[in-house]
Amino acid sequence: MIAAARCVVRRDLLLALRRPSDVGTALLFFVIVASLFPLGIGAEPNQLRAVAPGVIWVAALLSSMLSLSRLFAADHADGTLEQMLLGVSPLGVIAAAKVFTHWLVSGLPLVLIAPLIALQYDLPASLYGTLALSLLLGTPVLSLIGAIGAALTLGLRGGGVLLSLLVLPLYVPVLIMGAGSVDMAAAGLAPQGQLQLLGALLLLAAAFAPWAIAAALRISTE
Amino acid sequence: MSAAIKWYWFSSPQTFFPLAGKIARWSAVGAGLLAAAGLYVGFFVAPTDAQQGEAYRIIFIHVPAAWMSMFLYVVMAFWAGIGLAFNTRLSSMMASAIAPTGALFTFLALWTGALWGRPTWGAYWVWDARLTSELILLFLYLGFMALQAAIDEPRRADRAGALLAIVGVVNVPIIYYSVTWWNTLHQGASVSLTRAPSMASTMLTGMLLMALAFWLYSIAASLARVRCIIKERE
Amino acid sequence: MLEASNLDCLRGGRALFRSLSFALQGGELLRIVGANGSGKTSLLKILCGLLSPEAGEVRWQGTPIPNLREDFTRHLVYLGHAPAVKDDLTAAENLTVACTLAGRTASPQQAREALESYGLAANDVAVRRLSQGQRRRAALARLLLSAAAPLWLLDEPFAALDAAAARFTEELIASHVAQGGAVVYTTHQEATIGAAALRVVELG
Repeated sequence: MIAAARCVVRRDLLLALRRPSDVGTALLFFVIVASLFPLGIGAEPNQLRAVAPGVIWVAALLSSMLSLSRLFAADHADGTLEQMLLGVSPLGVIAAAKVFTHWLVSGLPLVLIAPLIALQYDLPASLYGTLALSLLLGTPVLSLIGAIGAALTLGLRGGGVLLSLLVLPLYVPVLIMGAGSVDMAAAGLAPQGQLQLLGALLLLAAAFAPWAIAAALRISTE
Repeated sequence: MSAAIKWYWFSSPQTFFPLAGKIARWSAVGAGLLAAAGLYVGFFVAPTDAQQGEAYRIIFIHVPAAWMSMFLYVVMAFWAGIGLAFNTRLSSMMASAIAPTGALFTFLALWTGALWGRPTWGAYWVWDARLTSELILLFLYLGFMALQAAIDEPRRADRAGALLAIVGVVNVPIIYYSVTWWNTLHQGASVSLTRAPSMASTMLTGMLLMALAFWLYSIAASLARVRCIIKERE
Repeated sequence: MLEASNLDCLRGGRALFRSLSFALQGGELLRIVGANGSGKTSLLKILCGLLSPEAGEVRWQGTPIPNLREDFTRHLVYLGHAPAVKDDLTAAENLTVACTLAGRTASPQQAREALESYGLAANDVAVRRLSQGQRRRAALARLLLSAAAPLWLLDEPFAALDAAAARFTEELIASHVAQGGAVVYTTHQEATIGAAALRVVELG
């Protein structure tokens, strides 16, 4: 079971490594979306500081969305997904391994690059820690919930747009808690409560989402 | 024992079809009568509110619609879950039939909320916690319907929709809680539509009559729709 | 070993087959024939549990397969319509991944030998650069490492193969059956597999 999970993680990392442009696109999308906001709302520093947490979080949501539609689609097309369904380890474990790898290549880079965006928005350096921590706790939840949607929309026409319709409303708590924690810190309050709630969401999603993903994959491949 | 047999008998779409028609007709009549009574009480009998004047009267539609929209999502998820767990086609059809009615009530709650907001807050839309939650609920309904519409195979559509509804129903309390917290953080509107003035008993009567009317309407509309789905599939 | 009883299959509102029943013992070879669209692939998917039949059930050693899940799939090799190889990995990497997922350990040495028996060099070339037939061989090499799995379900195993590779595959299937395994396969080719107990199910 553990061998299979490790094998899937290794395989997906290897695939991402051999197609670095796929990872790069989602990351670039994140940076571009975040850079568009000042052009739309003006570059007044106080205003930018106020909207920065929300903008960064919304950009993270959209960027996670973008890479999710490919999560199972390629495996579905070349038949390797069938082999995973027929493998000897529970499908939930395989799904968890795939989601974990998706987060490693699309969520973790956001955490690392977010301070750069924060710099653009003139966010005080004291908030970088909270911002990065909130993204570190929140982006895995996005991958976990989003993977359910990706599995449900597997092989459907207009899958990408449909996926965002299904998943974005479910992202609301993560968005609120994630951006809220940075807002709290910016207002000089302790963000621990919100970060703990994000952590609780992560635990909840990690416990249940893999099984929902597995069920969704079985439904979609019939 | 005989009750159990009857239950199975009715759970077959063919035998349910005529029964659904009968119930739908009577529910529709009941809904019409109760709505007329409720609106009469709401608009002519209930006293004018001291703070909000006549504008408050929209709660006779708004509040029952909001109740109904949330309740129907749970009912929909329940039927979808039964359909997924026991592979009963009729339950899944019920879930698909309830979704548009639920979306309709969500939309009605949003619409009347906006109409009430204009004279009270001076804007059609404020990011009030309840209105925001209703908006997200509307998105959840639309997502469910869009997913089912995108899948051609009825069996996959039923099962995929069911899973989404279950994930949604687990998330609804979390969404509601987080939106409420967000609202307090950002100092939203202080007057809430449902924390309406001390309620006179006639107001309560009007509201309950409307709630019952919406209940019966939902039953009638869902059953009429489930008949269409049965006809289409069988 | 494997029993299908009263299987109904509906695809897109159309009945592909109804009340299909058969039983398969170890040492038997079952060929599914039928025109395009007669439900051969669907039947194979039902037999391995990827698809659930509209009615009827598939039993493995007497137990319905949905109740067994992993306890059934560990006895099974399924080779689907798509070759199930990743374009960006090498043939050897693909083989190792497939074996690990199936719960079998394949040492690099074994993987190399399996590929070489199929006429593929175990080098660093990504599968993307191989021809259609070579890809198919890379997928079929799994069979060499799956002798321990008694049941093989093969969807068009000879498609895109040249004469030599097709013959090699036939021999593999024949020797698996001779050792007491069971093989179900579909094919359009007039393949002659030298096995004692060849049975045919005709669809459509």
